[in-house]
Amino acid sequence: MTAANVRQIVLDIISDIAPDEDVSTLDDSKSLREQLDLDSMDFLDIVMELRKRHKVEVPQEDYPKLATLESCVSYLSPKFA
Amino acid sequence: MKYDAIVIGAGMSGLAAGIRLAMFDKKVVILEKHSIPGGLNSYYQRKNFDKGGIRQFDVGLHALTNFIKKGEKGKPFSKLLKQLRLSYDDFKLCPQSYSKILFPDYSLSFSNEFELLQNEVMEKFPREKDNFMKLVTRVRDFNELDLTISYSSSREVLREIIQDEVLIEMILCPLLIYGSAWEDDMDFAQFVIMFKSLYFEGFSRPEGGVRTIITLLMEKLKSVGGEIRFKTPVSEIITQDGKAIGVKIGDEEIHAPVILSSIGLPETAKITQALHEKMNPPIGAMTFLESIFVLDKKIPLEKNDSTIIFYNDSSKYTYRPAQNFFDPSSAVICFPDNYEPLVREGEGVVRITYMANYSQWKELPRPQYEEKKAEVAESALHLLKKVITGFDEKVLFKDVFSPTTIERYTWHLDGTVYGSTEKSRDGRTPIQGLFIIGTDQGFLGIVGSLLSGISMANLHGLMGAEA
Repeated sequence: MTAANVRQIVLDIISDIAPDEDVSTLDDSKSLREQLDLDSMDFLDIVMELRKRHKVEVPQEDYPKLATLESCVSYLSPKFA
Repeated sequence: MKYDAIVIGAGMSGLAAGIRLAMFDKKVVILEKHSIPGGLNSYYQRKNFDKGGIRQFDVGLHALTNFIKKGEKGKPFSKLLKQLRLSYDDFKLCPQSYSKILFPDYSLSFSNEFELLQNEVMEKFPREKDNFMKLVTRVRDFNELDLTISYSSSREVLREIIQDEVLIEMILCPLLIYGSAWEDDMDFAQFVIMFKSLYFEGFSRPEGGVRTIITLLMEKLKSVGGEIRFKTPVSEIITQDGKAIGVKIGDEEIHAPVILSSIGLPETAKITQALHEKMNPPIGAMTFLESIFVLDKKIPLEKNDSTIIFYNDSSKYTYRPAQNFFDPSSAVICFPDNYEPLVREGEGVVRITYMANYSQWKELPRPQYEEKKAEVAESALHLLKKVITGFDEKVLFKDVFSPTTIERYTWHLDGTVYGSTEKSRDGRTPIQGLFIIGTDQGFLGIVGSLLSGISMANLHGLMGAEA
């Protein structure tokens, strides 16, 4: 799966969790939390949706690796390989 | 039968927890003793003998706190919408007009715009202007969601900041009666939650009352595949080697590694022998009486346009069980007709809440019980006439529910409404796998209870290793 696919998977999940947010203008290198109204509960949902939809597991100690879109892609890509 | 998680109680917290767990494919069952959902925030109906048909009444809900406008972010209400994947519009929130705290020498109004209360305090307590702003900053900066904070007295914190005793009493009055398990005081973390919920954010009511919320939650639970059983009382929580492993319902056993109990800490200990051996949490003493009046027409707005009046007949507010069945020296008077759009057609409703005394009501034999309830209704009507100048609407129907009514339908020991004074803020109990959600986790009100169910399900059911 390409980096662009993984990026899209994350964006789709965020759009479903926070339907009022505009994800089209996100800066990939900046923290998601700073750009969107996401709290720790929402990050849990991202992790849960990754498990539910794609059988991808993110252990709790790795949650910080989901901080930016860029870090999401580099952390998750091997898991989708 | 084997589940990932069992939720005891289908009140607000139990429904929210069930939804969260089922949403992420946990096999979950909610077990409810009553025949309908809602718990402390439920409803009942009475036949309308004059006109035929039935009238439906809410129990519990005077107001939904934590009001937000559509699109507002980062607030408790917006968090619960996202977590339960519900839309703002589904709640059909009707905002309050304004509410007031009515003491003998002062009255303070507040609305869903915090500036109103701020201006009222500045106008009526000009010397406290800076102090009040200090309190506001203290509240704003306080992280009430930190699950590790221990008890501190709100009165002590308030006295450090505010000089005028009457202002302290007036600020405390609505916050205590809308959510304190403690007598005459409350935990400062709880005070902050309540201050933000009532004064910063404000009140609304879903169109259709509490049933609108319950219907939304039931539909969501169904759509995510959660199971719910009514008329299913749990008689025992089964433990093995200090771990909860399941529950007994009649002759049936259901097993699950995670049990979320919303029935209260003392109530949970009562059915869990291993927990009872380790703790004996006190039963909260605060319980109430409510008189409901149906009027032939809605009270004209020129007589009263406020939504809720927090009434107190002296400069000191007493918040403890009534000495003599009920305490008419203070009351919460709720006018459900005065949520927007404030239409004036049709029958009117007024609800008046007094503090009560459980043991006295419990001991009353039937005929005296009915007489006492009539006395309460008479006192409440008298108060209404005192507070609303020119009140002359005709009472078509009245009903009073007492602490024993609350006990009978919610199974909260002693009819307690805000639970034990011992809270389990992180939901944990000395029994592994057994967690407390709802009132005795410490988040109160409808929004608080929903967030309690959500956050405890997240912490112990989704992130925890057990499920």
